[in-house]
Amino acid sequence: MTWFRWIMLGLAIGLFGLFAYQLSQPKDEFIHSAMIGETIPPFDLPPAVADRPGLSSADLADGQPKLLNVFASWCVPCAAEAPNLARLEAAGADIVAVAIRDRPEDVARFLATYGNPFTRIGKDDISAVQLSIGSSGVPETFVIDGDGVIRYQHMGDIRDEHVPVLLAELREAGE
Amino acid sequence: MIGFIRRPRCRSHPAAGKPRVHEPLRRGFAFVGIAMLILSCLAIPTSAQDTLPPAPYAYTQIDDPELEAKAMALMETLRCLKCQSQSIADSDAPMAGDMRHQVRSRIAAGESPEQVRAWLVARYGDYVSYKPAVSSTTWPLFAIPLLLLALVAFILFRRLGRTR
Repeated sequence: MTWFRWIMLGLAIGLFGLFAYQLSQPKDEFIHSAMIGETIPPFDLPPAVADRPGLSSADLADGQPKLLNVFASWCVPCAAEAPNLARLEAAGADIVAVAIRDRPEDVARFLATYGNPFTRIGKDDISAVQLSIGSSGVPETFVIDGDGVIRYQHMGDIRDEHVPVLLAELREAGE
Repeated sequence: MIGFIRRPRCRSHPAAGKPRVHEPLRRGFAFVGIAMLILSCLAIPTSAQDTLPPAPYAYTQIDDPELEAKAMALMETLRCLKCQSQSIADSDAPMAGDMRHQVRSRIAAGESPEQVRAWLVARYGDYVSYKPAVSSTTWPLFAIPLLLLALVAFILFRRLGRTR
């Protein structure tokens, strides 16, 4: 029966090893979109502010790859990522946006304070577009290719190190 | 918690007869406890919230009670994305309200609960559904208990067989 004890001991050690490994790994709190590789579902949002047009799924399938930023004026990390959105815009990225559960005057004030890198901003008062693309929070940034296919999802605010990643994904989406 | 704070004052408690050395320490604990209670009351939620009114169907039932019952049963098995240990039926997060609106409006439009679930799973993966399903990633959860039961049966059979 000794072989049996050794197997049990091995199993127990293996199990504890697995626990130790998993506990030492950082937990991924994000729920990633399952829509990567899928065409963006049809939608047509009215403008969120007076000086930018609204956003529809047709605008995203106009042949040019784009960044789609999901943001809100009430979201603190959205303000934090503003300088990096400006850097992406300066690098030539066409950035369109969806404002989630937001008032036009609040969006206008937010953009006046932190800058407006967006060419179009759709107004999504019931998170309908957000839910339809599998986004689970703000801010999130999607890379959409010229055919309107979702190619990449960045969750959370865009930090300095994410700028080259997003530019590379955008370039790849344009090829 | 309250019992813990009151303890040093309780003269008749057996602990009152113990050496007084512990008394300042205990008072210190009580003080820290009270301070934490007061601080927790003052805490301001750090996560920002929007001020828009909830989506039409977030807190409004479908007129048809039969459809509402279907929607409710479904919502209790869908996970809130903002508050991951609650169902969207339980959560007051604005996003959960928006998800309830999606569920109720789709059910009201004639979709079946499983169609709505599939729509959400296509967007968020199995994560969004609380309903256990055997899939390529979840099959070990169902297979391991069966294997363990088989192992137990094997061991018992051998042991009982030997004692006979």
